[in-house]
Order: sequence, then structure tokens, then C-alpha cells
Amino acid sequence: MSQDPSALALVLSADPSLIAIVRLSLFVSLSAVLVAALFGIPLGALVALSKFPGRQLAIVVLNALMGLPPVIVGLALYLLLSRSGLLGGLGILFTPRAMIIAQAVLVTPIIAALSRQTIEDLWLEYRDEFAAMQVGPLGRVNALIWDARFSLVTALLAGFGRAAAEVGAVMIVGGNIDGFTRTMTTAIALETSKGDLPLAMGLGLVLIAVVLAINALAWIARRQAERFAE
Amino acid sequence: MRATISTLPIKFDRVVLAVGDIVILDEVSLAITAGMPTALIGPNGAGKTSLLRLAMGLMAPSAGRLTWNGMPEALCARNAFVFQHPVMLRRTAAANLAFALAAARVERSRRRRRVDELLALVGLDGMGSRPARRLSGGEQQRLALARALAKDPEILFLDEPTRSLDPAAAKATEDVIRTVVARGIKVVMATHDLNCAKRLAGDVVLLHRGRIIETGPAATFFTAPRTASAAAFLAGDLLL
Amino acid sequence: MLAFQAFKFRLSHVLLFLLVAVIARIAAMPAQGQEKIDSGGDKSIVVASTTSTEDSGLFGYLLPIVKARTGIDVKVVAVGTGQALDLARRGDADVVFVHAKPQEEQFVAEGFGVKRFDVMYNDFILVGPDSDPAGVKGSTDVVAALTTIKDKRALFISRGDRSGTHQAELALWKLAGIDPHAGRGDWYREIGQGMGAALNMAAPSGAYLLCDRGTWISFKNRRDLVVEVEGDKRLFNQYGIILANPARFPHVKKQLGQTFIDWMLSAEGQMTIANYRIDGQQLFFPNAFSGQ
Repeated sequence: MSQDPSALALVLSADPSLIAIVRLSLFVSLSAVLVAALFGIPLGALVALSKFPGRQLAIVVLNALMGLPPVIVGLALYLLLSRSGLLGGLGILFTPRAMIIAQAVLVTPIIAALSRQTIEDLWLEYRDEFAAMQVGPLGRVNALIWDARFSLVTALLAGFGRAAAEVGAVMIVGGNIDGFTRTMTTAIALETSKGDLPLAMGLGLVLIAVVLAINALAWIARRQAERFAE
Repeated sequence: MRATISTLPIKFDRVVLAVGDIVILDEVSLAITAGMPTALIGPNGAGKTSLLRLAMGLMAPSAGRLTWNGMPEALCARNAFVFQHPVMLRRTAAANLAFALAAARVERSRRRRRVDELLALVGLDGMGSRPARRLSGGEQQRLALARALAKDPEILFLDEPTRSLDPAAAKATEDVIRTVVARGIKVVMATHDLNCAKRLAGDVVLLHRGRIIETGPAATFFTAPRTASAAAFLAGDLLL
Repeated sequence: MLAFQAFKFRLSHVLLFLLVAVIARIAAMPAQGQEKIDSGGDKSIVVASTTSTEDSGLFGYLLPIVKARTGIDVKVVAVGTGQALDLARRGDADVVFVHAKPQEEQFVAEGFGVKRFDVMYNDFILVGPDSDPAGVKGSTDVVAALTTIKDKRALFISRGDRSGTHQAELALWKLAGIDPHAGRGDWYREIGQGMGAALNMAAPSGAYLLCDRGTWISFKNRRDLVVEVEGDKRLFNQYGIILANPARFPHVKKQLGQTFIDWMLSAEGQMTIANYRIDGQQLFFPNAFSGQ
């Protein structure tokens, strides 16, 4: 970022380093949500549909993990990925890959807990019909996930919102390296500590715009759900 | 018909259904045989729904024996059930039928045609692309019927098929039931609507408080019931 | 297995599609020469440095030149000095570039670093509110000023994060014979954060704090903070650079790291450091001796 006095103008002028930061933020958070969905939705479906001892406890834990503090995830992952940590040999500390992993860890419980809720509610509703139609386990899971698609998309968007807005995890495992692991949130933190508050606010506005766009998507998804629901 | 084994007759031999302390069905003995529709009638809480569910194999009895053509297990693949409040999937009407066809293992190539046939059968042609849950109560009931028929069942269980339907919708539903019967499908329906039972039933089973009060051919039951309770019920008295 | 019904396209579908397309487009944009998603290509090193060098903007100025001259992508992880050294002790950095000489020498003595070199210096300053409640403005004796601050129980903010600045501050308290922690929670506030955060906090609280010259010159949110004490020889602030020990950490990029260090100590590197200015003011003064 240049030391331009009209830093706000910088934000509005599509400065290439700003684009790179926004691009990285989207890339990291979107990838994290994708990974989280791959793990979270099946996990949520599993807990929703199977009976096992300690199931209620599992649900409570899953819901509680939604509130996992990002900075703790960052710290734990840092210790794991550090060269002296268990996975140090991978050498991915201070890279976007580590940031994706950190955010995926943060977001998976959100997606899992929300999908579990949605799928379980739907399952209770569809249960009798599935029994009468003799739908097999795979057919049930597919049907539930498909019918829950809009709520699941809303869960994904909630996960994305969390990922895009957090700074603790990506700061620690990414290192906020200029041009490499600097995201919108870490850039805002940096510019604030440099005392460049207008620039920090400008970046903040970009971040808010992204979050608003996400919420618009969520709204559209809900509208679509209503079309089929009642 | 795909499978060749029949599941009829369904025989209840002193079947008891209890949930905790509450006895829902108390030593019910009954035989459901092939032929004209069987109507289960009786006041609310009599146990009609539970009896249907047991006959379908959705529940197991607490005591007594239940056999399907002598077999201890129901072949659910041969039978279909329409619940009192059928639940439609959050998709279009056609997609609901396609789903049922898939569950019944109908080949993909045939599904499209079957969907159209079923929609026509229940009088919902052209409504395939409407969201199923946006259909009216009567339309959803008929869609549920179509969905049940996707299985090509031997027996069709119906739980209160015309309850909360306006006369026009009820008539449309009854017409479908007649068509189904004409195809040789055995219909077993629980209904609170005595007139509907009169119109459609071949046999009647009167249930009250989990016990069978009387059974018999519809013709004689409605004109000359054998038991006093049945007579009282038909006369419009509240059975206690 | 699933029946896909034909969707009737509506406005909401179109909007949905557009939003998704825009986001996907931005996310998939090829980075200008930054395709590295893994460990950053072949010619990169990780340098653990301090918030004072980062916040002052030195690296923003220096690193493109380093890249042009040596082809090395220097990836700076800027944390406090104590944290930077810890990071290197865990093997997560190739080079360390901080400003706490005793700690740096211990780092080398423990076998984590190869050798320590002086790179550049500037000074610390005591900064405080324009209203100067402790009455220390204009003094050139920082130890006396600190004593006055403590006696008057004027608000003082400490980095509290084992950074170079923090170590220097503690050393000055020691010279004054004062244990500032006795005033913890009262007039002495440890925040455990970087220089910028400390300055951001000092202004509205009307507190004093020790700041490094580099951050001070480049800091944009001074509000009513001014320099109260400067020029004391004990406020000297030396920066040092160390290569992580490859014998200890085989994965360390010792050639690239050494090349970077050599460049920083070279005439060209030293001149580049001197050329970094903000509003005509020089922030760092090179003082490496080549061939040391």
C-alpha cells in the first residue's frame, strides 16, 4: 500500500495491491467454505440421521464449537504447522494454504451444526413417507440434502461471513505477509496500527460490501426456499 | 405386477398395541382379504390409524401375531400408504412422483412417461411443474395418491383420504379411488366419513377404543348392524 | 436417482448467477506474478522482523528493490522482537531482523543463529500528550523523566510484549531503579500489543510511552501526541540481522538467506536504507561494517 495521503481514493481507485488483497481474502474464505462444506454437511447429516450413544452430547459440542475463538484456532494450528510442530514437514506455515485450513476448521462446525439442525428437522418431517416409500439410506440422505439445499446454502453463506470477517486465525498462521498472505482483515489491522485510519476504514467498507453481497445471496436463497416450501 | 408373491390375506391374531401404559389396540383379530375395499370406521381415537400402520408393517405389535399371507414379515415393496397429512418433498409435483418411482426402482427411461400417466390418473395433468407444496389441500391429497401408486402396489392403505377436503375435492379423490379399485388394487382405508364408506366399501370394520365392535360386508352392515353399539354409532350417537 | 426439474428463470436467478460469477471471477483472477499458493516458489525466504520496521513502511520501500537486485521474494512476518526470536527458535524463519541486542546475542549463543550483524540504528523517543501533565517536555534525560512520571503517577503505556521497544523500556526503568510493575493497573498500563496499537491508545488516554523513531515518523494518527524527551544517548536503538542456523534447522534456506543478509550489509543495501524517507525525514541510519 502506498503512503498516499488520499488513502480513501486509493480504495476507490481499484489499486492493484488492493485488488490482490480482496482477491486473496475471497480465495481463502471461499476455499475454506468449500472444504468445510465437504466435511461439514456429511457430518451434520450423519449426526442428524444416526442413533448412537452420546448423540445429544455430540450435538451440544457441535453447537458450542460454532463459537470457537478464531485466535485459538490460529494458535493451535500454528503450533501444529510450525517447523517444530507435528506437521512442520509440510512447510505450509505462513502460506494461504495454512489460512484456508485455519478458516476451514473455524467454519466446519458452523456448517455441520446448521446442516444437522436443518436435516434433522426435515428428517422428522419426511420420516414416515420415506418408510412408506421404502427409501434406502443413501436415497434418504440424498433426498434430505437436496430438499434442504436452500437452508444448506444459507449455512454456507453464514460460514463464509464468519471466515471473511475473522482476523485472529489468518493473522497467526498467515503472518500478514505483504503481497502474499495479507487479507482484508489483516490489512485493516495493519493500517490501524500504522495509524492510517482512513485507509483502514476504506478497506473496512470494501469488506462490508462483500459481507452485504453475501447477505444478498442468502436472501435470494431464502426466497427460493419459500417458493418450494409452503 | 412385478413381484409375484401376494401379501394378502393380512391376518391379525389377538394383536395388542400398547405405548407405555396406554393400550391403543386391545386383542384385535381380523383378516384383510383381497377384493373390494375394506373401510375401517369408528370414532376418533379408536385406533384406526394404528391398525393401518400395523397392517402396512410400519410398526410392530406389542403382543399377538400379524401375518401377511402366512409370512411373518410384510413385503413393503408390494404395498403403499397415504398418510392422513401427506408430506410433499420440497420440489415440483413431477419431481415428487419421480422420486417415488426411483424409490420403487423403476428404470430411469420409463420414469418420465410414468410421471405423466400418474398425473393424468389423479387428474393433475399439466401441474407437474408446480411446487408440490403450493398445491391446494385436495390437489396434494391426489398427488399423494399418485405417489403411492408409483409403486404399482398390491394394497393401498389410505388414512382418512377425504378428511378436510371440500366436497368437490372429496369427490375427485373418491373417483381416483374407484379407478384404483377397478385396476384390481386392494384398498384399505380408515375414514370418519360414513357416507364415503357407504359409497366405496366392500367390507366394513367398526373399531372403538382399540377393539373391534363389528365387521361384515358393507351392504348388510349399514342396513342391519348386528351389535347395539354399531347401531348406535350408525344412528349418530356418540360411543363412549 | 434424483429428478432435476427444469427451472423457470427469474430475476432472482439472474441476480444469483451474476453475484456468484463476479465472486468466482475475482477469486480466480491470476495474481500478477503471484501464482504461489504453496511455499512461495523457489526464491523466497521468511524473515521474522518487528512491528516497528513493518509499521514504519521500511519493507514496503526496501523489498521491491531487494527483489529486483537479488531476485529473492522476501516474506516478512512482522511480530514483536521476542515473538520473532521465538518464531525462529521454532525453525519457522530463515532470517531474523530485530532490535534487541542482548536477546539477539543470546539467540546466537544458544545455537539458533549463525552470527549477528549490526544493520542500522535510530533512536527511541519518549512521547506524550501536548499538555504534558508530568512536566517532562524538552528534557534530554530520559531516566529522570521516567522517574518524574512515576512520582507524579502520570499515565504510562507499555508495549508489554517482549518487543525490542519493550526491552529497551524495561532497561530504562531499571536504570532509574524503578519497578514499574508496582504501578500496574494504576498509572502503568501494559497492553501486550504493537507500537501502532500503543500509540492509538496513548492519544485518547493522554498517556506517555516509549516509541521508536521509525514508527513515530510514519504514524498517521498522532492526534495531540508530541515528542517529550529525545537525544539521550541511552535511547539508542540498534537493529541486528541474523541467519537461522542451518545446522539446527536443515530446511533453512541458507543461500538465499545469506544473500539477503549480504545485500543488506552491502554498500548498496545500506544506501537504500538511508534513502528511505518520509516527508524528507530519514528514519533509519545504516551502520553495518562490511566484512564483519
